Amino acid sequence: MSVQGAPGSTQPAAALKDAEGRAHYALRQLGQSSWLISVLAVVVALVVGAVLILAANPAVQSTLGYFFAQPGDFFATSFQVIRDAYSALFRGAVFDWQAPNAQRSIRPITETMVNSIPLILAGLGIAIGFRSGMLNIGGQGQVILGASFAGFIGYAFGLPLGAHVLLALAGGVLGGAIWGGIAGVLKARTGANEVIVTIMLNNIALFLLAWLLRQQWFTQSGSNQPQSAPVDESARLFGLLGDGFRVHAGFLVAILATVFVWWLMERSTLGFEFRAIGENPQAARTAGISVGKATALVLIVGGALCGLGGAAMLLGTEHRLTPGIAGTIGFDAITVALLGRSKPLGTFLAGLLFGGLTAGGVLMQAQTGTPIDIVLVLQSVIVLLIAAPPLVRAIFFLPRPDGEPRARLRRRRSKTDPPRDDADPGGQSTDQVPDEHHQEQGSHR
Amino acid sequence: MSAETQTTVEAAPREQAEARLRPIRWKFPITYAILALISLAVFALLAPAESQTQFRLATSTDFFTIPAITVPSAPTAWVLGLALAVLAALALLRAVQRRRLGVWHPIVFGALFVLAFLVWAGAGRGAVIPLVTVLTGALALSVPLIFGAMCGVVGERSGIINIAIEGQLLAGAFLAAVAASLFTSAYVGLIAAPFAGAAVGALLVWFSVKYHVNQIIVGVVLNVLVIGLTSFLYSTVLTQSPEIWNARQQLPALPIPILSQIPIIGPVMFNQTILVYLMYAIVILLQIFVFKSRWGLRMRSVGEHPKAADTVGINVNRTRTINTIFAGSIAGLGGAFFTVGQGLAFGQEMSAGQGFIALAAMILGRWNPVGALCAALLFGFSTSIGNVLSTIGTPVPSEMLLMIPYIITIFAVAGFVGRVRPPAAEGVPYIK
Repeated sequence: MSVQGAPGSTQPAAALKDAEGRAHYALRQLGQSSWLISVLAVVVALVVGAVLILAANPAVQSTLGYFFAQPGDFFATSFQVIRDAYSALFRGAVFDWQAPNAQRSIRPITETMVNSIPLILAGLGIAIGFRSGMLNIGGQGQVILGASFAGFIGYAFGLPLGAHVLLALAGGVLGGAIWGGIAGVLKARTGANEVIVTIMLNNIALFLLAWLLRQQWFTQSGSNQPQSAPVDESARLFGLLGDGFRVHAGFLVAILATVFVWWLMERSTLGFEFRAIGENPQAARTAGISVGKATALVLIVGGALCGLGGAAMLLGTEHRLTPGIAGTIGFDAITVALLGRSKPLGTFLAGLLFGGLTAGGVLMQAQTGTPIDIVLVLQSVIVLLIAAPPLVRAIFFLPRPDGEPRARLRRRRSKTDPPRDDADPGGQSTDQVPDEHHQEQGSHR
Repeated sequence: MSAETQTTVEAAPREQAEARLRPIRWKFPITYAILALISLAVFALLAPAESQTQFRLATSTDFFTIPAITVPSAPTAWVLGLALAVLAALALLRAVQRRRLGVWHPIVFGALFVLAFLVWAGAGRGAVIPLVTVLTGALALSVPLIFGAMCGVVGERSGIINIAIEGQLLAGAFLAAVAASLFTSAYVGLIAAPFAGAAVGALLVWFSVKYHVNQIIVGVVLNVLVIGLTSFLYSTVLTQSPEIWNARQQLPALPIPILSQIPIIGPVMFNQTILVYLMYAIVILLQIFVFKSRWGLRMRSVGEHPKAADTVGINVNRTRTINTIFAGSIAGLGGAFFTVGQGLAFGQEMSAGQGFIALAAMILGRWNPVGALCAALLFGFSTSIGNVLSTIGTPVPSEMLLMIPYIITIFAVAGFVGRVRPPAAEGVPYIK
């Protein structure tokens, strides 16, 4: 993962600099830096989104009808449409300068924070898995279980103010940890592929919640609607900015969780073991790490964070359990973790970005009629491009990090192979998963 | 010729030696015994006395009409339960003798168990259990799963993990609906659908073979991309003028003359659209070609040991590229079932997670076309029973029934039901 960011040794770097001249060297340095790739990926995604918005816009379509007679019309209308859409996206996500009062103008950024809370928490859970070489696709199920446990504690138990919310959050952690733990223990003990187990657990969680919401002892709502009673006031996460804003203490939980995950992965023994089994399970085993125990713990901790995300969402904003409580958070969290390159701070920022895209998408849909689904396209294009830095470099004609001019490289490529560092930095750690799994499976034979 | 005889001569004693040394396999007899006990203790004992269960077997177009069968619930459940107990005992006997049972055993056991369950579930409710409806529903629910699972088999046998089956199904459904609507012909939609699936497959293989991006990550993200694209176009273009872009077109049912009049089987299997007949053909052809053709051998070799395949002159990455795109076209064709196959207009996210279930069916079927077919049918059947029973009203919550296939899949990958082994080089990019 550090391949991209790490500068080469100074000796050849200096030599290259002399040979190519300053401009090219600077460009190549830029091409290596991961943040530039991220920014360029966002740019490409916005361009792709713009093309889609234009293609679907009736006004633009009508100007296309007489494009050759008056091309100016087309470009003017297109510019107008794109500016409206993206400015609405920005105003909905960060700061609305068209709002009637100050409170309404700063509300968008707080909505972004609200949206990002479950994304950050679940994203951190998935990111721990990625760092440890495990693909946890089961965020969805873990979020559902976390929300269910937290909700049940929230409305079924009567407890004093502080203890109630803490216990409900702990219940969310427990629920997610159980669901993640099933996959973790099965992988550790039988080598069951965690991707398949977690996908299945997602569906089972969905049916389990649907069943629970039909049981009176669980919902305590006294209605026939498939929804639970609202959680007690004492179990709700308190608002941070008072009335008129939805942002709640869950954001503090997300910050604390980010710091905790940083400490866990970078400073603790357990985190070292997690990373070790992700880098090389054989070496980890040789070094005396119990690979099975660490594998199970990775998914338990990851599931716990996803469950906490579900709990924070339920106790902070939703308050009632419904069959669709988890939305698509579990899947969005995967893209958040990928975009954040599985680092705590990166995941935090990626969660904010995706939360902002969702918040802005709502305003964009309301004001310009551009469907919020465009946000999914933006998200997926960003993540795809960030996973394939060579593609981004090719789009922007940036030099390759090994400093070889493109023409010579093309000539050489016909004879030999492309260099290995083309591989995706985000995927490198996870490449090991299927490999290691197959070896375990194979040895059963 | 001589080499062949030599190996058989050598193999025979080794087989016997293995038979002597092999430990008794308790797993299956115990599973059967538990199921037989459940059927006796729950279905037979708890079936209300004096009550009856009605089954409707016939449709109006059969050669001869079978009247609705009414059976006394409790005695029938007892008979079925005892039959299951006998079968379980047989399994136990064979296990102790260390001999294998035929394929018929699990099939008969499963069928009797389901029948015992239905007798119990329908007891004394005054409702008729429409068996033909259950089976037709099962096949209909299985069609996209089967196409998706075939896509998975071809892709993964050549070493590319395909999580994007979901996206391929959805893209196929979308393009089929749009093309059929534009040309006012369901068959045009059927022709267009594979291209959508193939396009998603091409993206998958482009990122995973050229840029070595982790295949599971590409698959997950491609699903999001396809959901986003189709939902966006649906909310804009398709809803602006649905009569042009999203008008309903249905493939007509083409009953096969004589076969379609066989009672029970006929209306279920042979009164279908061309898409379902194509599915039969694809499963059979894949089963043959994956294991008996040069194409299949090459595909499996790059999935199992790409280096060895490369050494004998097979272009690994080209083989993977072609096969993954071909696999995508199969899934795209399956997606057409959601729209033109059922005569529905396109709706947002209408594939509803079926691609992931197809993936599970493929694994449960051990990366084998016919195995995947059976697994997909199991998923479809349990969903269909769940749907029918939830309208009749049963003692078991329908959500629990719907969970069963997923739980079975978890047991399968955890190694409790047989051994599941994926292609060895699956998910590993080939870099020379």
